Parts: sequence; C-alpha cells; structure tokens
Amino acid sequence: MVQTNPPKSRKDLQGERLFTASQWQLMWWRFTRHKLAVISMVVLIFAYLTALFCEFVAPHDPNRYDPRWVLAPPMKLHFVDKEGRFHLQPFVYGLKSKRDLETLAMVVVPDESRTYPVKLFARGDPYELWGQFAGDRHLFGIEADDQMFFLFGADELGRDSLSRIIYGGRISLSIGLVGVLLSLVFGIILGGISGYYGGIADLIIQRVIEFLRSLPAIPLWLMLAAALPPTWSSIRIYFGITIILSFIGWTGLARVVRGRFLALREEDFILAARLANAPRMRIILRHMVPSFASHLIASLTLSIPGMIMSETALSFLGLGLQPPIVSWGVLLQSAQNLRSVVLAPWLLLPGLFVVIVVLAFNFMGDGLRDAADPYAM
Amino acid sequence: MLRYILQRILLFIPTVFVISVVTFVLIQLPPGDYITVYAAQLEASGQEVSEQLLTALRGRYGLDQPFYIQYAKWIGNIVLYGDFGQSMQWNRPVADLIWERLWWTIALSIGTLIFTWIVAFPIGIYSATHQYSVADYIFTFIGFFGQGVPDFLLALVLMWLGYTWFGVEVGGLFSAAYKDAPWSLAKFADLLRHLWVPVVVLGIAGTAGLIRTMRANLLDELRKPYVVTARAKGMKERALIWKYPVRVALNPFISGLAYVLPGLVSGATIISVVLSLPTTGPMMLRALMSQDMYLAGSFLLLLSTLTVLGTLVSDILLAWVDPRIRLG
Repeated sequence: MVQTNPPKSRKDLQGERLFTASQWQLMWWRFTRHKLAVISMVVLIFAYLTALFCEFVAPHDPNRYDPRWVLAPPMKLHFVDKEGRFHLQPFVYGLKSKRDLETLAMVVVPDESRTYPVKLFARGDPYELWGQFAGDRHLFGIEADDQMFFLFGADELGRDSLSRIIYGGRISLSIGLVGVLLSLVFGIILGGISGYYGGIADLIIQRVIEFLRSLPAIPLWLMLAAALPPTWSSIRIYFGITIILSFIGWTGLARVVRGRFLALREEDFILAARLANAPRMRIILRHMVPSFASHLIASLTLSIPGMIMSETALSFLGLGLQPPIVSWGVLLQSAQNLRSVVLAPWLLLPGLFVVIVVLAFNFMGDGLRDAADPYAM
Repeated sequence: MLRYILQRILLFIPTVFVISVVTFVLIQLPPGDYITVYAAQLEASGQEVSEQLLTALRGRYGLDQPFYIQYAKWIGNIVLYGDFGQSMQWNRPVADLIWERLWWTIALSIGTLIFTWIVAFPIGIYSATHQYSVADYIFTFIGFFGQGVPDFLLALVLMWLGYTWFGVEVGGLFSAAYKDAPWSLAKFADLLRHLWVPVVVLGIAGTAGLIRTMRANLLDELRKPYVVTARAKGMKERALIWKYPVRVALNPFISGLAYVLPGLVSGATIISVVLSLPTTGPMMLRALMSQDMYLAGSFLLLLSTLTVLGTLVSDILLAWVDPRIRLG
C-alpha cells in the first residue's frame, strides 16, 4: 500500500528547515531578529562602500583649497528659490567674503545672487580611483569652476570638510580592520598555545596578558608612538600605529581563544577524534576552530571600535597619523581648542562619524554575539 | 587569607620590575638621545657645539655605557634617592615636576571612581528590578552611547555647549580669580564648579559599563531559586533584594576596580589635554613631543605602578568580600 503524505503546512516546512539548517544559517536567522544589529550592519556596509569608492563619492579633491573660503559655513540645500518657485533639483547659493562690521574680521556668507544646481554624477576635480582609473565624475556636486561645494563647511585652509571626512574614513575604518587582524593572529597563536598545551606556557602567557592589561593604555601608546621615527613615510607610520594598537588588543582575543580551547578540550567529540587517531593539527583545525569561529567573529567585531577610537585619540593628540594623511583623528586636530570650535562648530563633524561607526560596530557585535551563542534560543 | 595577601604582594614586586624595564626600553627607543637633542638646542640658540663637549657630556650622563648599567643607575637612583633624573626641557629635577601633577591625577581618578559607583549602583539595581521599563531602555541607551563616544570628543562638545549656552569657560580647574589665591572655602567651591566636567566625561564610559554588568548580574541572581523561596515565605521585596541578590551582584564593583583604574588613568591623559587640567597628561604629552624622555618615562613608570597597586588592592578586597573565590 502506498502511503501518501499529507500536504505539508507552512509551519512544518519551517520546522523542517530549522532541523536541516547549517550552523551558519541558524546564526543568520537569529541575527536578523535583532533589528538594531541589522540596521547597524547596513550602516557599516554603507560606510565601508563609501570609504572604498571615496574618490568617486567625495565631491572634491580633499587637498583642493581656496583661501577665499576659509572656514566657510556649511551650505544649505534649497528647493525653493527667492521668487518662491519650487525646484525638484536642489540648489545651493554661491559664497562671498564680507567684513563683519562688529568684529571687523572677514567672514564668508552666502551670496544669493548666484545659484548652483546640485547634480548627480557631476563633473568635478579629476581623480584616479585606487590610483588606477582616471575620472572626473563625482556622485554629486555642482559644476562650477569658481565655486566649491561645501555641504559640511570648509576648514581653516578652505578645503571641503565633507570630502575630507569621506577620504578620512578610508584610513580610519581600515586601520581598525588591519589592527584587529594583527591582534587576531597574535591572539590565536598565543591563546591557542596557552589553552591547548597548558602548563608552563599557559602560566607565562597569562602573566604577560595580566601585565599588559594592568598598564594604562594611552600613556603606553603615547610612548610607543613617540618612538616611531619622524622620518618614516606616512605609510610606514600607518603600519607602525596599527602594530601599536594591536599590541594591547591581542590580549582580549587571546583570552577568548584560550577559554574556548580549555572548554573544548574536554568535549566528547574531541575525545572521539583523538581516539580515532586524528592528528593534532586536524583536531584543532577541523574540529575545534569551526566550533568557536562564530564566537571569535563576534569578539572581533566588538574589538574594532576600540581600535578606531584609539587611532582617533592618538592622532587627535598629534602622536598618531600626521597631517598629509587624512583620517578622522587628524581632522579633529583642528577642533582641538575651544576658540576654533566656537568659531566653526562643523569642525566637530568628523567626531559624529566616529560615534556613528563605533556605535554601529558595538550594536552589530552585540547581535553577532547573541546569534553565536547556542544557548541563547 | 594572610597567605594570599602575602603572595599577591610578592607578585607585585616582579611586576613593577618588569614595568621599569619596559619603561626604560621605551625611553631608549626614540632615535637619538638626550645629548643629540641638547646639542640641537644649543645649536639653535647659536652656540658652538664641539664633538668633544658632546663626548664629555655623554660620559657624565653615563650614556656611553652598556644598556644594563644605564638601567641599573637609573633605577638605583629612583629607589635609593627618589631621583628620577633631570628634565632637559625644564632643566629641573623630574621629581619636583611630577609630584604636584601626580596628585591631581590621583585625585581626579579617585573622584571619578566614586562618581561612577554612586551613579551606577542605584541605576543598575533599578534597571534590573524594572527590566524592560521605559527608564531601563533609556539607561541602556545612555549606556551604549557612553561607551561609543570618545571621551575627548565629549569633553569638546561639553566645552562648546557650556560656552555657547552659559558663556562659561569650563576648561582648567580654577577660575582666573582663584588660580593663585591661597586655599579657602570659596576656592574649593570654585574647584568643585570646574571639576564636575572632567569627572562626568571620564566617568561616563565606566559608569555605562558598570550599569550593564550590575544589571546583568542582578538579573541572573533574581532568577535563582533562593529568591523565589524567600518571596514565597513572605519576605518584604525591598529587604529581600537588598539583603541577598544585591550583595552577591556587588562583586563587579570591586573586581571592576582592577580594569577601571587603567582606563581612568588613560582617559585622564587625553581629557586633561582638552580641558587643560594640571594633571600628568599634558606634561607627559609635551615631554614626548620634545623628546624629554626621562620626564615622560617617569610619568609612565609612576602611573603604571600606581595602577598595578590599585589592581592589587582590588584583588585583595575582592578576596575579602567574596568567600567563593579560591585563594592561592
């Protein structure tokens, strides 16, 4: 007799999918339930795409300056002109210098006699995307030779703040990734040795970690950063800074790795693998690492914002990256004293982007950690 | 217990030894030495610098000797005579320069620590006992925000708001009128008026972290069977919470000390530069910029030693408070 299965309901299908889903699929489902984490992930993808294509996205060359518009305030996007007509395409007014009758200083004010429509894919400063592809189309901008487009205002040399923030993102966002990668290498090697072999090696490594964690990080970083020779090229300074940042960052990851190794070493499936005469490397790479990889990714995500903040702080103090390089910390250097902040509050805007990125990483890391925890259901 | 304390104190000595070696290595790391900078200074002021003078100076400062002898001299002078060497930028003994500023750093760190505790303790308990209430969400948001904002940025924004809204300059520790005045009640009040900004800025990240741990710990405790039992027996809610779960959940306050302290000292370094406070931060930064390595190195040595000392105290406190911690 042929048995026919009753048509499956939607719920059954879902249940079946749940049973056959891979570990990563389960994690992804759990992750998507954490709305804030998903939003944060979108924000971060957006930020990294912007950083990747910064030559194209930024409306100006970050080093193009115009002394006429020193500390020009942010331009407002207008949709309605002076006659009250509505334009679907936003426009901005031009700028002019004027003497402030009260303080007698020169200030930059909007000049309502000139209007410039803001265009998508506008022609502007020439650039070379990744140093390879020449172009002069920008995502948005105004097509004018005698007027720059300052959506976020201008800095003390008359350069466009928005473009500099976008270019700065490339350095600030990548320095965290490189630093974390270095930390990860140190962390896995040292934490792995510590957790898998135990004994004397464990004792020494744990003491070193405790020692490093008990030192105040910023003074130590300052000392290390001061030791970088000033004659180094900017790219070497950049890598020097990442190494300094990962110098302390690895301790946290090493602890996570060690804890996981210690816990896993006692698991039945590891014993089974050992009894089946699997070589040690195979046990570590095939059986142990996959079972804590998800956890590791969550820890990694949570340690990136620390790196970004540290770079910002070091550069802000003048001991990290130096001015020809553009990073968010370097940009904030010009907002170092009260006078310039009161005069030009938009110089603080790079800080806003630091906060957004750091918060997004924190939320996404939280979501990943919850998703990676098999007991969180 | 006594054995544990002794053990920890014995461990403290090698730690400080390692700190001093690391610091000394860092002092030596920048290219050039004390004398090259000194020579450059002399040349800049138009004086003739002979190779002979430099060799003589190197000999006098012992810079021509091998590394370990230099180290032994440096640390020997510190331990035996309290002599941290000479600051070339100020041309004064380092010890004189450091003491006054170090006290401010210690005072600021301890003040912030107390602030953190006072704020985090009630909020943590409230958030746990009123989980998912509106206030809980607000505190959680503030907590995330506090951990996500770089502290120097917060200081800048507070300064800016203070200036544009209230017209007061919040930098420094005293108003101009009281700067050189002798100590009095009015001066103390003036100090408090200025001190809250760095304390809040420094404390907010630590407070946020502590609220979250306190909340999580207390929530774990509240779900345990003994709480249900006590409640079933008709114990008053207030007495129940304060007498048992809160006490257990209190641990992070003490163990946190060990990790909060390095953070505070670190944070104080940057904040002080922004708010121009007379702590160790700005002076250390300036010393680093002008390669005045003995001064900078002494700051690092003292700050690290103090932090390790704080960790030691918190470990001993923790062992004393929590009987579940295995000694040895």
